[in-house]
Amino acid sequence: MSSAVVSTSAALGRPFVFEDESEAEVESLASASRASLDRTAEGGCPHMGFPMARLVQSTIKNQPSKIPPASVTPASRLEIRPAPEMVSSGIAAIDALAGGLPRGCVTEICGPASSGRTTLLLAALAAATRRGEFCVLVDSCDALDPQSAAAAGLELDRLLWVRCGESTSQKKSPLLAPRTREKWGTRTAANQSEHCLEQVLRATDLLLESGGFGMIVLDLGDLPPQAARRIPLTTWFRFRRAIERTPTVLLAIEQQPIAGSCSSLLLRLGVLSTQYAVRSSNETFVEQAAGAECEATQELRPAHAQLLTGLRIQAELIHSRLERKPMRSVIFAARTAWAG
Amino acid sequence: MFACIYVPNFPVAAVLRAEPELQERAVGTLEGRPPLEKIIAVNEKAGRMGIAPGMTKAQAELCADLALRPRSGLQESAAHAALLDCAQSFSPCVEDAACDTALMDLAGMQSLLGPLPEIARAISDRAAALGLAANVAVASNPDAALLAARGLCGAGLCDASLCGAGAPARVGVAVIPPGEEAERLGPLPVEVLFADRLEGEEKKSADRLLETLDRWGVRNLRALAALPEVALSERLGQEGLRLQRLARGAEARTLVPLGEPMVFEEAIELEHPITLLEPLAFLLNRLLEQLCARLATRALATQELQLTLELENYSPFHQPSTIKNQQFLRTLRLPLPMLDARTFLKLLQLDLSAHPPGAPIVRIHLAAAPARMRSAQGGLFLPPSPEPEKLELTLARIAGLVGENKVGALELLDTHHPEGFCMQRFVPEVRQKSVREKDSAPSASSQAEEKSAVTALRRFRPPLRANVTLENGQPVHLVCQKKDVQGSVLWKAGPWRFSGDWWEHEAWSRDEWDVALQSAESLALYRLVHDLLGGGWFVEGTYD
Repeated sequence: MSSAVVSTSAALGRPFVFEDESEAEVESLASASRASLDRTAEGGCPHMGFPMARLVQSTIKNQPSKIPPASVTPASRLEIRPAPEMVSSGIAAIDALAGGLPRGCVTEICGPASSGRTTLLLAALAAATRRGEFCVLVDSCDALDPQSAAAAGLELDRLLWVRCGESTSQKKSPLLAPRTREKWGTRTAANQSEHCLEQVLRATDLLLESGGFGMIVLDLGDLPPQAARRIPLTTWFRFRRAIERTPTVLLAIEQQPIAGSCSSLLLRLGVLSTQYAVRSSNETFVEQAAGAECEATQELRPAHAQLLTGLRIQAELIHSRLERKPMRSVIFAARTAWAG
Repeated sequence: MFACIYVPNFPVAAVLRAEPELQERAVGTLEGRPPLEKIIAVNEKAGRMGIAPGMTKAQAELCADLALRPRSGLQESAAHAALLDCAQSFSPCVEDAACDTALMDLAGMQSLLGPLPEIARAISDRAAALGLAANVAVASNPDAALLAARGLCGAGLCDASLCGAGAPARVGVAVIPPGEEAERLGPLPVEVLFADRLEGEEKKSADRLLETLDRWGVRNLRALAALPEVALSERLGQEGLRLQRLARGAEARTLVPLGEPMVFEEAIELEHPITLLEPLAFLLNRLLEQLCARLATRALATQELQLTLELENYSPFHQPSTIKNQQFLRTLRLPLPMLDARTFLKLLQLDLSAHPPGAPIVRIHLAAAPARMRSAQGGLFLPPSPEPEKLELTLARIAGLVGENKVGALELLDTHHPEGFCMQRFVPEVRQKSVREKDSAPSASSQAEEKSAVTALRRFRPPLRANVTLENGQPVHLVCQKKDVQGSVLWKAGPWRFSGDWWEHEAWSRDEWDVALQSAESLALYRLVHDLLGGGWFVEGTYD
């Protein structure tokens, strides 16, 4: 099936300038359009009554000579955007579900706390650094745990970590220096979120402008959804536009989807159960799984006899621009670093 | 063959190099204590206006269009260093003959750089690129080249075809073929023989010799060369014979090669103190361009720039640690050798806007530590990496946004401390893996691929203070300042005890618990920490 794209002004035969002799014709067309609009307002079919579409159709049929050849581009000649290259996310189950992470596109990973978002983030960064790429983590709440990153196999010297939030002098950890404790800063939570968000967006703009990174991760996982939703959609459009035709993967971690139609891939994660090991009588570890509903049975066991060994995570493909398939999900396991 | 680069009116040339906007004006250089300042050098335009060395400042100021500048030792030393850089960019064998003169050996250069006229023209062009209008002469011996360069153009020695179209009238290039030295040097005045003897006893003896020659009617080198040798030695001794050999272009000697360490410094002394960063940026740009041009002549780059600003009226009560003896020091360390004046300027601007000097600036000194230029071979199949110059600017801007110590690469420390890491400078350099690493890399990466994902901890910085209800020494209920992190403990594991640094001031000791709480949507796992020294409970992070 072939089709054609015709600009409305081209259909009139005069792209932008109306000459004197055509004024009458234009006036008649305009009055026809008004009449058509009136009919539509009176309750006629909106598609059939759409004046400009009818005008274009009639012009193409009746006066093809009036259409300048350059104004008509067959659909077959329109530029077709090639399918983006997919790279491994570092987790085979996610690759099987979504085909990997697309380069030159925005990918969103959302989910509540303890849903495995950071696990997937670190796995993707580790896979990228293993490929020899340089990556950036724009950390809105300074939440990265370096030991977890190293345990995930991330080559730390290939990761640029941008720690947004308050300066170190303002937030001294009470666990680090018990004898030199300071009172927390007086910035309110809302102000802090806005401050972090501003830093994240400006840093991301600068990094996208710099270019050359294989993966840029925006970690908005700890920002309240109300604050994250304040990011204007135009910002996401700008980000998407900046990474188009580049080999950069832009990954956003958040609690709820916020990029709208700008994201090419949207995954939602959730934890199904906690895997833990219990020391049995013969000094061996027995793996068990605990969901939220079966915890009452665990109360009798002593806490020191149990060991967290991992999480069972469900990943759901909510939206993908790359393939039109129904929503589906996959389950994968993530083990703790000390579980072996 | 030897070449000589000579910068006429060197004090004025140094001023013009520092202030290129004066190129079109008449300029004179002053020396001496006020009000007894005298003009020591003038450019050609000032000479045409009747200004001559030796005039007082009051006399010179009668000429309205004349720009008078005090003699600056800093500017002259920078111009002298630039002159040597120019010479050493062509030949490894360079003699520092005087502050305004450099001699160089061109042996073997013709096969590399082309015929002698082209080499001479290239030397002149490079000197112009470094901000110096220099005479260049090439001859078969160093002294003939030196005399020719000093007397160039004034006596019609200059090869018009070799002079650039835009070159000033006094600047020129001359090539003296072997055997024609006496003929070509003949028209030069005898004063060129004593041009470098300007001080002390040497000046007196030179004046006596010049007076004697003048009485004999010897005005130029041709006349001196024609004098009978025996009679000349009877009257003037060995010095007279040496001068005659110089006049004939027959003095042969070897060069004394320059062996000084390379120092790349530029400085400006300001007449009026600067208080704003914008005018400072203009001056910094000029200094940086000169430094980069000098480094480029030696195929070098820099990895460290040191900016020293001399301040006026600084207050000792608000003296930051970077101000020492009225000097404000800033050091810019780069991860890789670079040679881009615009990048350097932007980095210095960002640094100075983050750390302003705090007092008016009266003198600017900029030094660059030379380093080898980086050589990187990009591969077709290598993943892209950020451009170092661009990235450095980006990192500086981000550091201005989030804080200096909050952007960079991670480095784990050899400790069990929960926050045992430090921030390093991020260097996007493609690491050359060792053979051992290469052998082990495929297996390690394949193992990492095969392994399942590792559950990550997501830290709260700072940790959230929590009120914990205990039962039999175990947490059963948690209340935290963050609304999401509270409720009854559904599942727990622990305690896992850690301690360290007990021998230091910041000792730490803690019990860690892994607890599961019911969140709004599902189960949430947290790491709960009991600080054994401080006695509080904290939620350190969530397993995510």
